[in-house]
Amino acid sequence: MADIRTTIAGLQMVNPVMTASGTFGYGLEFADLVDLSQIGGIIMKGTTLNPREGNDYPRMAETACGMLNCVGLQNKGVDYFCGHIYPQVKDIPSNMIVNVSGSSPEDYAACAARINELDKIPAIELNISCPNVKQGGMAFGVTTEGASQVVRAVREAYDKTLIVKLSPNVTSIADIARSVEDAGADAVSLINTLMGMAIDIEKRKPRLSINTGGLSGPAVKPVAVRCVWQVAKAVKIPVIGLGGIMNAEDAIEFFMAGASAIEIGTGNFIDPAISVKVAQGISDWLDRHHYESIHDIVGII
Amino acid sequence: MKQCKDLKIVAVEHPNDGYVLLKLTDAEQLPAIHAGQFVEIKVENSPQTFLRRPISVNFVDENRNELWLLIQVVGEGTRHLANLQLGDTLNVLFPLGNGFSQGVAGDKVLLIGGGVGIAPLLEYAKQLKQVGATPYLLLGGRSANNLLQLDIFRQFGEVYVTTEDGSMGEKGFVTNSSILQLFNSSTSPHRGGNAQRAEGVSFSRISCCGPKPMMMAVAKWAKEHQVKCEVSLENLMACGLGACLCCVEKTVKGNVCVCKEGPVFDIEELTWS
Ligand SMILES: Cc1cc2nc3c(=O)[nH]c(=O)nc-3n(C[C@H](O)[C@H](O)[C@H](O)COP(=O)(O)OP(=O)(O)OC[C@H]3O[C@@H](n4cnc5c(N)ncnc54)[C@H](O)[C@@H]3O)c2cc1C
Ligand SMILES: Cc1cc2nc3c(=O)[nH]c(=O)nc-3n(C[C@H](O)[C@H](O)[C@H](O)COP(=O)(O)O)c2cc1C
Ligand code: FES
Repeated sequence: MADIRTTIAGLQMVNPVMTASGTFGYGLEFADLVDLSQIGGIIMKGTTLNPREGNDYPRMAETACGMLNCVGLQNKGVDYFCGHIYPQVKDIPSNMIVNVSGSSPEDYAACAARINELDKIPAIELNISCPNVKQGGMAFGVTTEGASQVVRAVREAYDKTLIVKLSPNVTSIADIARSVEDAGADAVSLINTLMGMAIDIEKRKPRLSINTGGLSGPAVKPVAVRCVWQVAKAVKIPVIGLGGIMNAEDAIEFFMAGASAIEIGTGNFIDPAISVKVAQGISDWLDRHHYESIHDIVGII
Repeated sequence: MKQCKDLKIVAVEHPNDGYVLLKLTDAEQLPAIHAGQFVEIKVENSPQTFLRRPISVNFVDENRNELWLLIQVVGEGTRHLANLQLGDTLNVLFPLGNGFSQGVAGDKVLLIGGGVGIAPLLEYAKQLKQVGATPYLLLGGRSANNLLQLDIFRQFGEVYVTTEDGSMGEKGFVTNSSILQLFNSSTSPHRGGNAQRAEGVSFSRISCCGPKPMMMAVAKWAKEHQVKCEVSLENLMACGLGACLCCVEKTVKGNVCVCKEGPVFDIEELTWS
């Protein structure tokens, strides 16, 4: 059987499949439905320094082969995470990773510093690419200066594995990737959602409360594969690929484009056990094609 | 415990053009289901239907190990569900949400349903009767042919009907029903005082499921008459598990997930005006 164990910037994973932030809660919500120990890493909900109520309803619109969301980083803040959620998730036998968001470099750094104190959290994923909050979020992710400023601030406050999540809503994602690599990121993950919009023509109104939202699901996969391919060619740090993965074949595309691991987001809504099925499917595909290890196909394109 | 599995379709009934009643079973014993809980259905072979579809549990037939879903056709996904055949399987994630308040013996609960919102009330009426409570059913529809399962409802409690076109029962909306007027006349003009209420009809609680304007009208009536009231919401959902935060409703505690904290809420928790 092919070896699909993976190490990303020091993180040891049973397989290269993780669950994407905002789509898998804190893992607990899925505990009845999938064996969490068989998931390479669980990236929990976006967490900010202070509590956030998020945007108004409606926050979701189904679109062709995907969905738009404008949740807007609803969460109870990092103190609540440390006090109430961490005790519940710290013994889940997977890499429990916190997705960190903010509206200033200082915010990001302060939030990361709190997470740094938590023994059982081996990594953070820095979200500099959320399209659904007015200030911050994506604003940092769309310029090389903004991106490196945030990453530098966090790097000083955080000494474990630092993954930086990139936005596809930019002219050159490879430039942004290089700037966060230079600023001290250990790995990059991409893509976050693509900014989109949908209109209810009968009501003559946008279908989302804040008009625009982030597109995810199979509809974005070709864009995501292209971004991963460009970034993998531009940086030396590991690349984590995501965007529209629904099965093992989709995942293999990302590996060939240069990803060392993948995340699954919207797919969890369709099949709560998708992550484990995709991991098994990757292993089967490698066997069928006589590869001994997942590493043999990473970046072959 | 939640599960995600293929259930087998053992009956497909079309009570009228716009609705389908699916009866599902499994080789294993179905999990305990609390009235008001729902399932998330994967709609196969429908490219336009990407996300699962939330549907309330209509009824559980313990003897036959069957779970019933009553579905109104409103779009592509429900149209596909209406075309399913005997022997097909349906991938179902369930049971989800919290459901209606558990009744206790002696409770008199008024269940108000509108349109396809009557679906979860059938199982609730059954469960209330099982614990020794008395369900009263007030069911509203556009016309007689929208009012389904009345015979089964009658096995569990008294049924009152309103139709907008007057083709069955009383003409008008549920809030015009005489059962409410009866309550009304016995309590007004001096509200309060249980002795006074007992002359007419008094309810421990109202549980309501239907179109939002109807639920808002019922909630308003309940507030005016100081009756406890809970409503079952149908916010758009993506995960059904409390993971994505798409289905939130504003409450006195802030934004909460309808799929996890609900779908049933006490109206005192909501910020409806
Ligand atoms: C907890 C819960 C329980 C439900 N129980 C039942 C039930 O027992 N029987 C039943 O027939 N329906 C029920 N619904 C509503 C049902 O989920 C929708 O009608 C269905 O998802 C529509 O899918 P579609 O693909 O046919 O329509 P779409 O093409 O998705 O939409 C068609 C129309 O239906 C409306 N619609 C879509 N989703 C919803 C929704 N969640 N709530 C209200 N309107 C919606 C859309 O706004 C649109 O106008 C329930 C919804 C929730 C959230
Ligand atoms: C409902 C929802 C909420 C999300 N919340 C977050 C978040 O808090 N932080 C983040 O970095 N990405 C968030 N995302 C983006 C996903 O993690 C992922 O990058 C994106 O959906 C693309 O992957 P997919 O097509 O597999 O879903 C969210 C996506 C969805 C659908
Ligand atoms: S539908 Fe995802 S949290 Fe309710």
